[in-house]
Amino acid sequence: MASIDIIKQDELEHGHDDHHGHDDHDHHGDKYQSGFITHYIFSTDHKMISKQFLITGMFWAVIGALMSLVFRLQLGFPEENMLWLKPILGKWITVSDGIGTLAPDFYYALVTMHGTILVFFVLTAGLSGTFSNLLIPLQIGARDMASGFLNMLSYWFFFLAGTIMFASLFLSTGPFAGGWTAYPPLSALPQAMSGSGAGMTLWAVSLIFFVVSVLLGGMNYITTVLNLRTKGMTMWRLPLTIWAFLVTAILGLLSFPVLVSAIFLLIFDRSLGTSFFLSEIFIQGEALSNVGGSPILYQHLFWFLGHPEVYIIIVPAFGIVSEVMSVHARKPIFGYKAMVLSILAIAILAFIVWAHHMFMSGVNPFIANIFVLFTLIIAVPSAVKVFNWIATLWGGNIRFNTAMLFSIGFVSLFISGGLTGIFLGNSAIDIQLHDTYFVVAHFHIVMGIAAFFGMYAGVYHWFPRLYGRFMNETLGKIHFWGTMIGAYAIFWPMHYLGMAGVPRRYYKFGNFDAFAHFGDMNKFITIAAIIVFFLQVLMLINFFYSIFRGKKQTTLNPYDANTLEWTVPINAGHGNWSGEIPHVHRWAYDYSKGGRNIPQTEPLGDGEQDMGNDHH
Amino acid sequence: MAYTLDRTYEERIRRFSSQRYGLYLAIVSMLMLFAALTSAYIVRRSAGNWLEFELPSIFYINTVVIVLSSITLHTSWHLFKKGNKAGYRLLMVLTFILGITFLVMQYMGWQEMTAQGLYLQVNPSASFIYVISGIHAAHLIGGLGTLIVAMAHAFRLRFKVTEIRKHRFELVIIYWHFVDLLWLYLLVFFVFI
Repeated sequence: MASIDIIKQDELEHGHDDHHGHDDHDHHGDKYQSGFITHYIFSTDHKMISKQFLITGMFWAVIGALMSLVFRLQLGFPEENMLWLKPILGKWITVSDGIGTLAPDFYYALVTMHGTILVFFVLTAGLSGTFSNLLIPLQIGARDMASGFLNMLSYWFFFLAGTIMFASLFLSTGPFAGGWTAYPPLSALPQAMSGSGAGMTLWAVSLIFFVVSVLLGGMNYITTVLNLRTKGMTMWRLPLTIWAFLVTAILGLLSFPVLVSAIFLLIFDRSLGTSFFLSEIFIQGEALSNVGGSPILYQHLFWFLGHPEVYIIIVPAFGIVSEVMSVHARKPIFGYKAMVLSILAIAILAFIVWAHHMFMSGVNPFIANIFVLFTLIIAVPSAVKVFNWIATLWGGNIRFNTAMLFSIGFVSLFISGGLTGIFLGNSAIDIQLHDTYFVVAHFHIVMGIAAFFGMYAGVYHWFPRLYGRFMNETLGKIHFWGTMIGAYAIFWPMHYLGMAGVPRRYYKFGNFDAFAHFGDMNKFITIAAIIVFFLQVLMLINFFYSIFRGKKQTTLNPYDANTLEWTVPINAGHGNWSGEIPHVHRWAYDYSKGGRNIPQTEPLGDGEQDMGNDHH
Repeated sequence: MAYTLDRTYEERIRRFSSQRYGLYLAIVSMLMLFAALTSAYIVRRSAGNWLEFELPSIFYINTVVIVLSSITLHTSWHLFKKGNKAGYRLLMVLTFILGITFLVMQYMGWQEMTAQGLYLQVNPSASFIYVISGIHAAHLIGGLGTLIVAMAHAFRLRFKVTEIRKHRFELVIIYWHFVDLLWLYLLVFFVFI
């Protein structure tokens, strides 16, 4: 990987040895920006790559959301005629007597793909890919990522992964349908169900390319933060966004390779007849020769990634919310160091709680106790963060713009979703709640909707930084209030379903008397989901309209913020600052200090203390 | 849109250390891959139905080969810094040959296993050896790729000891030592765990 970069430097070398001047060959950056293709497609500029991640993420979000609408229609209106979906879904709508029904196999495929797409393509690539790329160089004062080339590859591996997954949707046997966690044996035996053949193969290949993308991106983010900060930008002066992206990248770098190992072993089981995860299975009346494998082993490997993965999703949102909140409350973030340390604590704990996803998989109950303990300890740093956010708002001079509303909404969701985590973290309560809608409600609120709120806060806040214009505030506020109320309307009732024992992933409940009276609740949830979907469409319209017609950004620093990204010229080219990179003299949160907001570039006054770097 | 990616000398040196950082991080992620595989080995083994067998003897000889290749590459590095052009080139080529030898002998090791009836599918204990040593071999092939680039530099560019050349060479060495140490770890793991 490094060698390609090295060859590119060859010309540099000669200029460098022949005399001691260094500036003769320094314009090699320009040639990458010469045409449409190198500017918009194979760009090495982190700002363009950030937009690529964002817009690709939006594409996948729409696909994933539409899938959820189809299976919500099935759950809310199981007896309804779905013939009108036949032009889109084709053979997956089976017709008898003119009544169209969703094929059960495809229901599972939709649930599986919805999970895979949202977790990996939208909330990992679309969230940390977008904002790490945009903000790391801009906020630490760097001209670009450590390697623009690897950064470009990171996006294109993501694109490749997406293309493969997209292609799997059109297979005649359908995409993979065994759940986004891809547990064996459904994922290990091509004959297990219709999506387990070619669908699963493409799923596995797609995910491997996706991991390559995450690793290339992560290496870049970490290296850039550690190595390319501008003069004066010490670690304790970094904005919390950067801390969050750094920790996210470290989590990804340590956990995603473990997923790759699981997928490798899965591929061997699928294609080469090994028995890592398979043992004593009868399928279609025939005994398989595989002996001695352990499906639990896969679960261990998967959740060793899977649990850090949920923090890979939510930690960037932590960072974005902290930054947006401080800017718009015009107050220093409360407990800056506690915020950093709590992110680090959460990151460490993330690696020692994975088995709480497996309480009901036959894990030894005594070992489960240890995992219960560590899981519940996560509540401590999480509570520190919530307390600090609320304390930041307290007495603030708050601008209730859309970005700020989404940040506050994030805190609300994080609290209500986090509280149900305490229930689920207990292995005893998990006997009743596992695999029910309670779990669905918990993780959708705490890592789904909450992470989306973090992302929306970031998009509305940094839209001027991306496009030199503002998004429409009225539409933004409709989007916020509708989504806030709508999201709770969708997921709050699911807690009751779950406590009553309604299992997740069921195609319909008509045959179960115990769940018959939940029909209306399911209808209500489906209607709320449809409304919320159209509110997101409204946001997309606002986004794309504003790119071309939004109110223009006229001042360099529209929010009167302190961080470096607002010292960069509007619509800056590759390299960000046209002159020298500004130096940093203080932490990022001197808001309303002595009645004004003091940017990081302003030197400390006489006897003034730097809050980030006090040595007392 | 006037801009340049001007790099001062200092910024360029920082770029080198960025590449080193990047490589170390890549190595960390590769280590996690092997940590996962070897942990899976332990977990699976403790579950029983585990066929015990002797490692192919050629694996031990091969360990000498790969350690030797690290030594030759390191010597090549020292000769390069001293300006010994011929020695530097020779030992680099020798390293490459030793790398190829290692691959061939790994293949012979796998053949030795199949000759004993230890096919890939027989038992997870054998499957793990194939998979883990196979993925290690894939990483070694990556190392051979970087050696090819390094040899191209050694033979095609005018010989000169510069900071940039030293830096490039260092990256190759770091990766090659990683692949070497990784094999030592795997061997120790297979023998003692």
